[in-house]
Amino acid sequence: MSGPGLPQPGVVARTDPYAPRGGALTLESVGAILLATIWILPLAYTVWAAIHPPEYTTNFVLAAPLTFENFTRAWAAAPFARYFLNTIVLVTLILCFQLILCTLAAYALARQEFWGRNLAFALILAQLMIMPDALIVENYRTLARVNLVDTITAIALPYIASAFGIFLLRQTFKTVPKELDDAARVEGANPLQVLMKVYVPLAKPTYIAYGLVSVSYHWNNFLWPLLITNSVEARPLTVGLQIFSSSDQGIDWAVICAATLMTSAPLLVAFLLFQRQFVQSFMRAGIK
Amino acid sequence: MTHRATATIHGWLLLLPAMACLAVFTHWPAVASFIDSFYSTPRARRPARFVGLDNYQQMIADPIFWKAMSNNLWFALGTIPTSIALALLMAVWVNDKIVGRTWVRMAYFTPTILPMIAVANIWLFFFTPQYGLLEQIVGFFGGRSTNWLGSQDTALYAVTIVAIWKEAGFFMIFYLAALQAIPPSLGEAAAIEGASRWTYFRRIQFPLLMPTTLFVLINSVINAFRMVDHIFVMTRGGPDNATTLLLFYIYQVGFSFWDTSYAAALTCILLALLAIVAFVQYGWLERRTHYR
Repeated sequence: MSGPGLPQPGVVARTDPYAPRGGALTLESVGAILLATIWILPLAYTVWAAIHPPEYTTNFVLAAPLTFENFTRAWAAAPFARYFLNTIVLVTLILCFQLILCTLAAYALARQEFWGRNLAFALILAQLMIMPDALIVENYRTLARVNLVDTITAIALPYIASAFGIFLLRQTFKTVPKELDDAARVEGANPLQVLMKVYVPLAKPTYIAYGLVSVSYHWNNFLWPLLITNSVEARPLTVGLQIFSSSDQGIDWAVICAATLMTSAPLLVAFLLFQRQFVQSFMRAGIK
Repeated sequence: MTHRATATIHGWLLLLPAMACLAVFTHWPAVASFIDSFYSTPRARRPARFVGLDNYQQMIADPIFWKAMSNNLWFALGTIPTSIALALLMAVWVNDKIVGRTWVRMAYFTPTILPMIAVANIWLFFFTPQYGLLEQIVGFFGGRSTNWLGSQDTALYAVTIVAIWKEAGFFMIFYLAALQAIPPSLGEAAAIEGASRWTYFRRIQFPLLMPTTLFVLINSVINAFRMVDHIFVMTRGGPDNATTLLLFYIYQVGFSFWDTSYAAALTCILLALLAIVAFVQYGWLERRTHYR
């Protein structure tokens, strides 16, 4: 490793004295790319198996013919169209309710002075630790009692009040200058109008960040949807994929890879297109 | 009405929808698990009756419960330090001006947005005996054939590796954000003092990253008790409960054996473990963490 170069006198542009240069940089790049290759390998392999005929699943020759048939076979073998629809309805439903509930609660916690506020905040934060996944047994009983088992509503209900979302928005609302709030009130706006006209527009980046995190979480969620659904009409993609790949298709890896890719495709494509927003959203969501 | 009373009513009205949902789906189920754990499971002809600590006695005598606990402990010990160390390494690399930086960052982060259930299928194939990818690689170098997921000695390692792969890139972005927030003047000052890069990392960067490490640590501990999706695809808890984790066992007891009271007792153990994590976080680690 070469030692750190001291900043040259007279050089105005700031350079990181500890940024590796020359041989060290090459070494670091090789290590980073090697690890990146290992990290992307499972996905790269899935793409390979999905777009080649089954006889090339483990036979890596460049001359292998491309095919789309694995996708059409997977699509025909299970009601994926319905699963897609269910998942889209599910993530939309959850996100809409989350945004409304979290906005109202976060506003109260950030800007209203009232009796019991700290207690309420503590009760909300409890959900950060007791995640809904841990309470599957009792939540199932609750929803069975009101006859909601095997509905998309039942998948969504335990998640629509999100402590994480409330916390995130509360932190954002707290950064809104109080003067803007006061000015709007002087103009005669009621608290809800202040919320909608002042706070919500200023919190747009937080909404985008939270929205991306929420959609990817619920698109990928599996355990609770598996338990609470038992028909094609309610099952989301993840559960559909699991049933599909654990049934008699068990051996046809090319078709399973195609189905796997299909399931992940919308998020994956969105991620590749809006990489920067995705990474920044997850960052923003974590740092607050 | 006084101003204070109006504010209280407004505040609670705004909180009402969220609090109602939380009460029904978080607070009540937590309390109900505790209550139900002292009752027997209601069956067709026998309603639930108070059985005191029977469910907990059953638990102490249940070898699968202890197996699940020890599996979960090893799973946590396997995933937490490795994924945090890898995340830090990835962040340091991606923070430097390395070749292909954008591509490398994308490769690290991609597993985060893929469904665990879907990638578990791929890993399942990777570990499959005879014609799986790992077998072929091992075979190419003349190694012995191993049934990675079918052997009690290796199955837990296999599911641990998948978990590390899934979460390291997610934790990386928090370290990356924290690294970029360190003022460059610190590096310049350290360089003038003649500190080596390792000293700079150990004495300046790493301490400044402590809040991030704490955040990532808490998340990875919770994840160690939450990540079970890949178990469903890869092993279903087998072979012979070698990969049964606590939450997966709760699922089995509650939804395969339909013994809801015993599942409630197991849920209480899980909640107690999560409460300990929360206690450690707020009571102990917060005080020992350096904040800017």
